[in-house]
Amino acid sequence: MLIPIYAAPRVSLRFWPVLLRNWLVWRKLAGPSVIGNIAEPLITLVAFGYGLGSLVGQVQDLPYIEFLASGSVAVSAALAATFEALYSAYSRMQVQRTWDSIMNAPVALDDIVFAEMLWAALKALLSVSAIIVVIFLLGISREPTMLLALPVLGFVGITFASIALVFNAVAQGYDFFTYYFTLVMTPMTFLSGVYFPIEQMPGWLQQLAYVLPLTAAVELVRPLIIGHWPPRVLQPMALLASYAAGGYFIALVLTRRRFFG
Amino acid sequence: MSLLRVEHLSKKFGNSSVVDDLSLHVKAGECLGMIGPNGAGKTTTIRMCLGLVAPDAGRIEAFGLPIPRQVRDAKNRIGVVTQLDSLDPDFSCAENLRVYGSYFGLPKETIEARIPRLLEFSALQAKAHAKPSELSGGMKRRLSLARALINDPDLLLLDEPTTGLDPQARHLMWERLQQLLQQGKAILLTTHFMDEAERLCDRLLVMDNGRSIAEGTPRGLIAEHLESDVVEVYGEGARAAADRHGHLAQRVEHSGETVFFYLCEPRPMLQALAEQDGLRTLHRPANLEDLFLKLTGRQIRDDA
Repeated sequence: MLIPIYAAPRVSLRFWPVLLRNWLVWRKLAGPSVIGNIAEPLITLVAFGYGLGSLVGQVQDLPYIEFLASGSVAVSAALAATFEALYSAYSRMQVQRTWDSIMNAPVALDDIVFAEMLWAALKALLSVSAIIVVIFLLGISREPTMLLALPVLGFVGITFASIALVFNAVAQGYDFFTYYFTLVMTPMTFLSGVYFPIEQMPGWLQQLAYVLPLTAAVELVRPLIIGHWPPRVLQPMALLASYAAGGYFIALVLTRRRFFG
Repeated sequence: MSLLRVEHLSKKFGNSSVVDDLSLHVKAGECLGMIGPNGAGKTTTIRMCLGLVAPDAGRIEAFGLPIPRQVRDAKNRIGVVTQLDSLDPDFSCAENLRVYGSYFGLPKETIEARIPRLLEFSALQAKAHAKPSELSGGMKRRLSLARALINDPDLLLLDEPTTGLDPQARHLMWERLQQLLQQGKAILLTTHFMDEAERLCDRLLVMDNGRSIAEGTPRGLIAEHLESDVVEVYGEGARAAADRHGHLAQRVEHSGETVFFYLCEPRPMLQALAEQDGLRTLHRPANLEDLFLKLTGRQIRDDA
């Protein structure tokens, strides 16, 4: 079971009870967390969508609230997965020693990291499902293609969870994650065409925006929410997949080094 | 047959040797105790037996399975209690056992049948639905032990299972561990409590700086390395007494204002000390703590 640090991921079916464990804990605390998941986007959409939207008017031939709502879904998936794979995974790994106790049973570190990644993606999916319900209830969009956005959002969750686990693997405390949110996630949110079209930015920033995973996520999710097929599928999917695969492998290597190095 | 066999095990972290040419074995129904100062390599040895640290040299076999190569199969039959509690704070006692059982891939019915038995074994029936934060230190340790038993293991690796417990809780833990030994389980235990080592362990391994420096039964080790009796003298006048009567003892040790006389024939010493007023003395048989201090020294270690 002691695996070379740089070996390819070795996942066994024992990841499943670890995933299930996280689900069982979430279910206990689900009430307040679901309320938060609905209240937060509801407030943002009402305040910015209707308030700012009435000043802005149309963006890319869409009422601003539709433009905003369809983009925020992608951001929510990214943020929810990131949060889970940083703060919550770190609590289990370092503070509660849950990972240590699991590794005393016949479960390997590779299984645990895989389960954490998948769980963070699942949590993101649970959280965006709530937002999609809000969008439906407010009547912002009632397109059936919204359902197609869900698997894509799950994949966005996988991507951002994998990237976040890299930072989890090297973290020495929660403070480190504040930097990640302030210096990585927040700027990315502004650069990825969620609040305004990327074309509004200077050329060099646009170049940067097009290699960000969140831009790819928005490019795929926005059309599906408002009832279109995305104009490009392959390129943004490939970009997300590269971030997911690269992030996951680096996260695994660094986590193995943290535990066994 | 030995359930756990370790041969010539060595491990270095950087330049410092944490475990150095260590060999040990544990049979069914037997408790082997590892005692030694902090940093002696006890926990690292246990972690190597669990495939969590790679040895630099040596062989480990559990149930005849090589470790770390077949550690997953071996772990199906191993139970572990770590130094620090790692109970799931969001789950009740029963849920902690249930979820931990799932990591072994045990059938649901098997787990459900074991939970009430283990709660009873750990005297936690009344706390089945309580969370770890509602438990006392002793209860938490017993739940950790119950959790380690969910797979009905043949071999238990217990790293300081009673550290931080009050006497009542320790005695209850000892009683439970003795029951497990009677059931034929093998136990490898580390402890800093010499009374615990003496009571529970059939054999002891004294470790220092990663090496085994003595091995044997608790009584045998004391007989082999120590004089039969100890006379302790405390407080003012103790040092003067040492100077005056030291020749009546085989060995004299100082610790602060206390003097320890190690001797085989205590009468002359006790008579000599009785003639002096105001001396506080204690006469007792030599014990494991004396052995431990003799073999590993009285000075505090840097990392202690």
